Amino acid sequence: MAKVPVQFTLNGAEKAEFIDSGTTLLHALRDKIGDTSPKGGCHQGTCGACSVIIDGELRLSCLTLAEACNGATIITTSGLSERGVLHPLQRAFLDAFATQCGFCTPGMIMAAKVLLDHTPNPSREDVVEALSGNICRCTGYEPIIQAVLTAARSNSQNAA
Amino acid sequence: MALALHTFPTVKDAGAALKAGGTRYIGGGTLVVRAVNEGDVSISGFVRSADPALSVIRISGGTVRIGASVTMAAIARHADLAPLAHAARAVGGPAIRNMASVGGNLFAPTPYGDFTVALLALDATVSTDDGELPIETFLAKRESNHAIVTAVGFTLPKEGGFRFLKVSRVKPKGVSVLSIATVLEQAPDGTVSSARIALGCMADRPIRASAAEKALIGRKLTADGIAPALAVARDGTSPPTDPIASAWYRNEVLPVHLGRLLLA
Ligand SMILES: Cc1cc2nc3c(=O)[nH]c(=O)nc-3n(C[C@H](O)[C@H](O)[C@H](O)COP(=O)(O)OP(=O)(O)OC[C@H]3O[C@@H](n4cnc5c(N)ncnc54)[C@H](O)[C@@H]3O)c2cc1C
Ligand code: FES
Ligand code: FES
Repeated sequence: MAKVPVQFTLNGAEKAEFIDSGTTLLHALRDKIGDTSPKGGCHQGTCGACSVIIDGELRLSCLTLAEACNGATIITTSGLSERGVLHPLQRAFLDAFATQCGFCTPGMIMAAKVLLDHTPNPSREDVVEALSGNICRCTGYEPIIQAVLTAARSNSQNAA
Repeated sequence: MALALHTFPTVKDAGAALKAGGTRYIGGGTLVVRAVNEGDVSISGFVRSADPALSVIRISGGTVRIGASVTMAAIARHADLAPLAHAARAVGGPAIRNMASVGGNLFAPTPYGDFTVALLALDATVSTDDGELPIETFLAKRESNHAIVTAVGFTLPKEGGFRFLKVSRVKPKGVSVLSIATVLEQAPDGTVSSARIALGCMADRPIRASAAEKALIGRKLTADGIAPALAVARDGTSPPTDPIASAWYRNEVLPVHLGRLLLA
């Protein structure tokens, strides 16, 4: 099978690769580009561990073909910290013990980031809805919900 | 994995490419890419059309036309489609809704197809590159219909005329035990003058509850008024037994949920 070129912006950097046609974005990011922050949990769209942000929208990279992302702007959790300073969501997850084994965490953070980008002061229900496509087998969810609410509050304090 | 993705500027070209064996049209890919990930080797290539018309929502004079590539998220946030937002939000979680297309939902097997239940109650028309079909006819032969869906069209119901309910065990996002959509019109005295009731997960694809529809005509939306409709709600159903619910359970709870929706 011939290789096909793909080109997109990943966490602010231009990326160009030749991949096998039909490769999922998850596979391309992890195995070709070396960004292992999106996780492959189920490859069926049910766990949310592979969540990334494509052109401002939350998507599942396990069900997205890499070729369909030509020209797109992609954000993954590995691109959130700036010069070694954690993003408020990452900080809040650590402080609230919202990450245990950590497998779901990058996907949770992507879902939470999209929520806070559009709804800076979410209600608890907003957070539950935003995370409803992401499964966590460790925390029982409550610390994750609290972490997102804490990050929202710290964002609005910083903005004030 | 070695699967070709072919993108064509026009639906006509994509339609021609779909004639090759092993090819499948791809919308948002939530079902077809999943099938490949699960090892479905019958798929050797994906075909799609980049025609911008497929992603347009057009509303004029109460008539709605939604392009086949429009996602559930786009419908849910469209101000003029507010009555349908609930049904669009019933599909998956936020990431799925950003990908799941209207066209793909028409082909989604039970227990999926929640938005199609809404379209069936709205008596939508399905446009394909091969002409237009009433949605009921389209659904009856969707496996043998190899045309590309380009859009769905319907008349916006009067305010309060459309009702939708999805029953699932996991909240806020879960696969359907069943879903119900109704479009009702009432005479000035409150009696039902026309009724369309669509059911999801009560067969291998969304179906109309024709006996219940007939039994509602001329009745008021009161507990007594709807009783004859509830008594025949299960007529013609053949729900599946799957990990979400047994066929028996689905049949037992259908009249209960239909009653709640009609009295809401
Ligand atoms: C985790 C998860 C949760 C889900 N939850 C729900 C749910 O709650 N409710 C629900 O209804 N569905 C659900 N689904 C199923 C699915 O996401 C939706 O039904 C969705 O609308 C399918 O659309 P798609 O664009 O992704 O389809 P695709 O996967 O792109 O295509 C599905 C089928 O339709 C055909 N097709 C697509 N577009 C066209 C077209 N324009 N013309 C001709 N054929 C076409 C394809 O060839 C394929 O056979 C879920 C799926 C997953 C993975
Ligand atoms: S790996 Fe993509 S949703 Fe689970
Ligand atoms: S922290 Fe282990 S799955 Fe969520």
